[in-house]
Amino acid sequence: MSFADNLINGTNFDHTKLNALQKVALRGVVMSFLFFGLLAIEGLIMRLVKLGPTNPLPDMFSHAPHFFAIMTAHPIVGIFGSTYQLVFSAFIFLVPFLAKKPLYSVKLANATWLLITIGTALAWIACFLWHYAPLYTLYWPLPADLKQFEAIGGIVFIVGAALIMIGTLCFIYNIYATIFARVGVHKNKTTKELLISGFGIDGLLNLWHKITGKPPYSKEPALSLPVVAIFRGTVDTFLDALVILSAGILVLIYIVFSAAGHSLDVSAIDALLYKNYFWWGLDLVADGLVLIYVAGSWYLLASIITGQRLFMENVARAALMLELIVSWMVWSHHLLADQPQPEMMKLISGEMVTAFELLTQGLALFITLVTLWKARPLKMTMELKYLLGGLIGFGLAVPAAIIQADMGMNRILHNTTWISFAHFHMALIVGLYMTLYSAVYVLWPLVTNGTKMYSSKLSNAHFWLYFIGGVGMGAFVGMAGLQGALRRHLYVHGEFHTLFTLGAIFGSMIVIAWALFLYNIVMSVGIKGLIGIFLPAQDKTASYGLEPEEA
Amino acid sequence: MTFQNSIELLKFHSVAYSIYALMIISIVAWFGYNLAKKEKAKSIIRIPFYGYIAFLVIGGVGHHIFTYNTIPWVQEDMMKDQIKPDKVFHIQIKDHKWILPKTPMVVNCGKPTLFDVTSGDLMYGFGLFRQDGTIVTQMQVDPGHENKLMWTFNFDGTFNLTSTEYSGPAQYDEKGNDLLFVKNAVKVVGCENKKGGN
Repeated sequence: MSFADNLINGTNFDHTKLNALQKVALRGVVMSFLFFGLLAIEGLIMRLVKLGPTNPLPDMFSHAPHFFAIMTAHPIVGIFGSTYQLVFSAFIFLVPFLAKKPLYSVKLANATWLLITIGTALAWIACFLWHYAPLYTLYWPLPADLKQFEAIGGIVFIVGAALIMIGTLCFIYNIYATIFARVGVHKNKTTKELLISGFGIDGLLNLWHKITGKPPYSKEPALSLPVVAIFRGTVDTFLDALVILSAGILVLIYIVFSAAGHSLDVSAIDALLYKNYFWWGLDLVADGLVLIYVAGSWYLLASIITGQRLFMENVARAALMLELIVSWMVWSHHLLADQPQPEMMKLISGEMVTAFELLTQGLALFITLVTLWKARPLKMTMELKYLLGGLIGFGLAVPAAIIQADMGMNRILHNTTWISFAHFHMALIVGLYMTLYSAVYVLWPLVTNGTKMYSSKLSNAHFWLYFIGGVGMGAFVGMAGLQGALRRHLYVHGEFHTLFTLGAIFGSMIVIAWALFLYNIVMSVGIKGLIGIFLPAQDKTASYGLEPEEA
Repeated sequence: MTFQNSIELLKFHSVAYSIYALMIISIVAWFGYNLAKKEKAKSIIRIPFYGYIAFLVIGGVGHHIFTYNTIPWVQEDMMKDQIKPDKVFHIQIKDHKWILPKTPMVVNCGKPTLFDVTSGDLMYGFGLFRQDGTIVTQMQVDPGHENKLMWTFNFDGTFNLTSTEYSGPAQYDEKGNDLLFVKNAVKVVGCENKKGGN
């Protein structure tokens, strides 16, 4: 097949054979990878700006309003435009597939990716056109500071964020409505049984029964383990959406009143209380949603790759319950440098409960590795490679955070590039995304009806460039943090030059890796196929792998 | 074992984490290699589940116990209301400008010093840095609250000040210079032969 043929028609991809569920899942995936490209380019721009005099970019990127507008847009594009979309799309497909019943609503799933896409685009436009730049943390009263920002920028940004959250709520409703639907295998299950399984209480009871010598509470839990993880993580997603929405409404009220010439008193809102509230919600993304969803994804991937049951499944179910509770109580580690924050909250929430994440994530790592080990020898497929990469990512990122979530270390590491790169860039780029790439390779044949990937060499090149780039950037820029580099600071005089240069080199590998991946995907599905994904599905089936009477 | 200043702590931390990082990458690489070997690889060691859990718990809790006992500013921070400072510096910040009592603020070696910082508008940070850019200490400055940092300097030196929290692009001029940067804001004296910054 010629290059032009491949580019237009792909390998053997036929979008007309995709059903409604497959198409809606693929739409979110396409948008996610497009946003990832934007994310990677923004990241590289910021890395290059920090090279100072050797920065090859035009001067405008080094101007504070422009630079911090990019820094504000970057996590919105990354967390919501890319990560949320990819995770939500995977789960929109996986929940009906694993629960063996149809998705509650394809229309709602379409609304999800559309709202998140439009919302992310609006937030990005607010940063690009009006340089609205309060950063994702929105520390009060900065987002309502109209001495520094234009009202229109703030309004567009908040409307964008609100659309993202409404899209998120659509996803949540769809997932729970699917899980609780009493059809197919759950025809005879009660809501109580599904709730007990969803919260992992059956796993806990099974463990208790084993200890007390009783027969198992439930031999076949109502929900499979990955669905339990999705159920559990979605609780945090819901709470987080409420917090971000309410904070957005507050900011919007202040901006609108101020723009109308009736400024409200910003000191009426306690900055520290707001910070606690906002971090409680925001941390549900990082320490709740991500870690729970990731643990669930590891379990799923390990089961699919090995074709065997998960090792210590009951412990895994119970641990997911523990993770949920832990995730509600750890936000104070973001406030260890805030002196008015009560010391007991720093100690209990910020240090002790946070340290539990080492336990819950370590447990997920252990269960995944043992499941793989028991099934050896395994073929080193792309999905297995990415899974191992994802495990390394979290193996590096979680301890980096635990080190900083300490009253002694935080005094010298707070707001440095240690936390932004050694921890959360490592967790997201290497840990989360490599796990998601593994899921992409596992789900690819199912979602695309067995479409052949264009090039395995490109897949491998993507893996190595991405892995080395992600770990390298996280390590070197993280090390700059140990030398005093601040994470939300503009450096234009060549400070920390060696480490920042290495960070830019490794960061550019991530951009190249993304380009190779995109090229591989486009050559596999073809431009026609890519467009076809967004055309209405002829087959309206909202399930996958079920017999017609079941669907 | 006690860390006298952040430099010592950061060096220790840098080495310890680098060793850990290389170890975890090597272990997973070794694991992956053995996973894919044609013949079924034999287990070299058997990791007991409860032993592993104990290791994680000890690692998580032990880390805090270790830092509490080796980093002097942890106890000082927790007990700051009961410690009488040798000197108190009242500092204000508003409209991206510091109002400092004097420059440099001269501090006596080995004596607890209190930095009392208030913000009149936004959230800022109060961070002291050595001449080579490494952090000595810092805190967040929450508007509408008292922000007090107790610190004991154990080495002579002069330290620069800037905000460690983002407060909008107005912190910088058109060329990207940090307007909140104060050169030699703090000077520590009286440590005899100990030089090199706290």
